[in-house]
Amino acid sequence: MRPVNPASRGSLLEVEDLSVVFRQRGRADVRAVDGVSFSVSPGETVGLVGESGCGKSVTSLAIMGLLPKRGVRVEGGVSFDGTDLLSLPPDKLRLLRGRDLAIVFQDPMTSLNPVVPIGTQVTEVLTRHRGLSNGEAREEAADLLRRVGIPDPSRRLREYPHQLSGGMRQRALIAAALACRPRLLIADEPTTALDVTIQAQILELLKTLVAESGTALILITHDLGVVAGTCDTVHVMYGGRIVERAPRHELFAEPRHPYTGGLLASVPRLDQPRGVRLQPIEGSPRDVIPWARGCAFAPRCPNRVEECTPVAPELLGDRHGLRCVNPLRSDQPATKAVPR
Amino acid sequence: MNTPTGPAVPGSPGGPPDGSAAPGEPLLSVRGLKVHFPIRKGVLLQRVTGYVRAVDGVDLDVGRGMTYGLVGESGCGKSTLGKAVLRLVEPTAGTVRFNGVDVAGQSREGMRRLRRHMQMVFQDPLASLDPRQSVESVLSEPLRAHGFAGDRSRRVRELLDLVGLPAGAAARYPHEFSGGQRQRVGIARAIALNPELIIADEPVSALDVSIQAQIVNLLEDLQDQLGLTYVVVAHDLAVVRHVSDVIGVMYLGALVEEASSDELYAQPLHPYTIALMSAIPIPDPEVEERRRRILLTGDLPSPVDVPPGCRFHTRCPFRQPTRCADESPDLREMRPGRKVACHWAEEIAAGAIRAAASAHDPTATEVGTPSS
Ligand SMILES: Nc1ncnc2c1ncn2[C@@H]1O[C@H](COP(=O)(O)OP(=O)(O)OP(=O)(O)O)[C@@H](O)[C@H]1O
Ligand SMILES: Nc1ncnc2c1ncn2[C@@H]1O[C@H](COP(=O)(O)OP(=O)(O)O)[C@@H](O)[C@H]1O
Ligand code: SF4
Ligand code: SF4
Ligand SMILES: [Mg+2]
Ligand SMILES: [Mg+2]
Repeated sequence: MRPVNPASRGSLLEVEDLSVVFRQRGRADVRAVDGVSFSVSPGETVGLVGESGCGKSVTSLAIMGLLPKRGVRVEGGVSFDGTDLLSLPPDKLRLLRGRDLAIVFQDPMTSLNPVVPIGTQVTEVLTRHRGLSNGEAREEAADLLRRVGIPDPSRRLREYPHQLSGGMRQRALIAAALACRPRLLIADEPTTALDVTIQAQILELLKTLVAESGTALILITHDLGVVAGTCDTVHVMYGGRIVERAPRHELFAEPRHPYTGGLLASVPRLDQPRGVRLQPIEGSPRDVIPWARGCAFAPRCPNRVEECTPVAPELLGDRHGLRCVNPLRSDQPATKAVPR
Repeated sequence: MNTPTGPAVPGSPGGPPDGSAAPGEPLLSVRGLKVHFPIRKGVLLQRVTGYVRAVDGVDLDVGRGMTYGLVGESGCGKSTLGKAVLRLVEPTAGTVRFNGVDVAGQSREGMRRLRRHMQMVFQDPLASLDPRQSVESVLSEPLRAHGFAGDRSRRVRELLDLVGLPAGAAARYPHEFSGGQRQRVGIARAIALNPELIIADEPVSALDVSIQAQIVNLLEDLQDQLGLTYVVVAHDLAVVRHVSDVIGVMYLGALVEEASSDELYAQPLHPYTIALMSAIPIPDPEVEERRRRILLTGDLPSPVDVPPGCRFHTRCPFRQPTRCADESPDLREMRPGRKVACHWAEEIAAGAIRAAASAHDPTATEVGTPSS
């Protein structure tokens, strides 16, 4: 295993001020992603975290060019190894997607073709993008299935997606994504639908992949525990924007944004003694105000002050980026739950 | 969770069923419970070709005012067990005693009267609420059905207050609420008749992370206020550990371990619990880096073909050449308060038998015999 130091390499993917607006007939536009910037280097795992609806999946679909053309406006820049993906002609992008870029979704059923055997779906990628013969492709496909922990791969290759359990389908999908040896893999809630014992297997697999082949990984999740064990850099999203970003250890040791701190204080931890009361965030993710009228988190924020509206704070700071005018102080017990 | 202070609120609709429960007897007592679903083939004859052994012989006791947590992977039979306790599915075998009363022996009318004391809270609050019914009507329906004598709309306001919703919520419809608020409505409905036992099936898993804590806290507060007894079914062991006094770990229809929440965390004894616990991510990078993960291989065997011997032996990283594959371990009391169904629990606890490999070992994914 070759240790990869992300800092020693240039970034592979640069997302610059990305915005995605959905136009809806007769209703106001929805700005699902709003000025998101981040970069990923080879061998680096970057986490995008946030609750449902905060724009994680739309960000990944925009990067991959998988959003519908009609009714959607994508602005900003996405540069992959120097190539601007947003202006790339569809056929060129498709070629790149099969070879250098891959994505794994939460629900494997939506991305596997239900009437084509698993094996064919993996070998197709190998023959099309890597020019292998059918025989070579079958051998390599069996090997990939074995690597993702699918027992009895030669039998499984002949089976259809519905014959596999959820965990196996997700692993088959990862095998298909790995088939082209992508340089960038986006995993969008790859384990959310799975049991934790299967989740542990899949996360281990992704970690090995990053360490062994230097793949750049964007891991999208709502689970802070998953982030804590896997990501080098973490971007916390709220209402379509990044509100805090930091190297993993720093983010968990000293969360500065009230939303990040609130999330950490609200989830029960397995290693936490019982009788410790959880500290929920008030309200619901529905209670947002548009960024045009101030900080979107203001309606739920315990640290809210006058300056939070009507002008939204900027994301400031290089290493530890923060979008907040009144962040948590290190002595503020936002992440420390009080005894019941 | 604190021991509750008193019995049901005065003026509540009906007291507890006059069972023959001896003092100190658990409120809920389950023995040898089985739920087997027949698998039928053929259009006309509907031949039974096998059984899904969803619940396959479970014993458990839940003390009054306690919270019993049930954890396990999807398909292991948690929900079916919960439903069988309430007789929402008919058990194939075994007994359920609630407050000393044999639930299976109840007539339809007896069951109806019993059910007001045992209520269920479901995972998806929207699916269990009728979209055309206002909250007022959702909440007063059980009151009407069970002949609540008092002022129904006053009781509805009282219930809304208990679950932290404004009185104005009564006139609104379920779809107008957020997920967390809908779950509050679901909980208000469950407590409407002042039940003693609430079975909460994945009460927070459909909710956003930041909302889950609100509902967990609400359930805890209501238990303290109303003296409720809970069975909480969830796949999230961190949530279950947080709310439960006692935890039962299920695997393929059977309990494989039972212990107090703190002891289970301090030292899991069954290999499945050990693996499950090690797989749960903890939101702290320092802790994550120090942890040793026991990876399982293979998939959950189908509940149609439960493996012979120990039902976990096809995936067990501690499996031994003798006994595991051919002798079924009983759930036995290894130490006071610690029940485990494993032949080798003592040796594993003492460190004399180790897991075949760990996550840091590149061969980790080869551990154990994959089931297929
Ligand atoms: N239609 C089918 N034909 C043949 N085998 C099947 C079929 N459906 C499921 N299986 C097999 O049955 C086993 C259990 O599958 P099931 O989908 O019930 O698993 P699961 O409990 O959902 O697993 P997971 O936790 O990984 O999601 C697997 O070995 C699977 O391959
Ligand atoms: N009505 C039914 N008919 C046939 N099989 C069922 C039925 N309900 C549940 N099962 C099966 O019983 C097993 C346990 O189900 P369930 O209790 O819902 O699991 P859990 O809640 O732990 O996810 C599963 O294999 C499931 O497919
Ligand atoms: S800017 Fe204001 S409202 Fe927004 S997170 Fe910071 S303190 Fe809270
Ligand atoms: S009895 Fe054997 S197979 Fe079963 S849990 Fe114990 S060690 Fe593992
Ligand atoms: Mg998503
Ligand atoms: Mg269930």
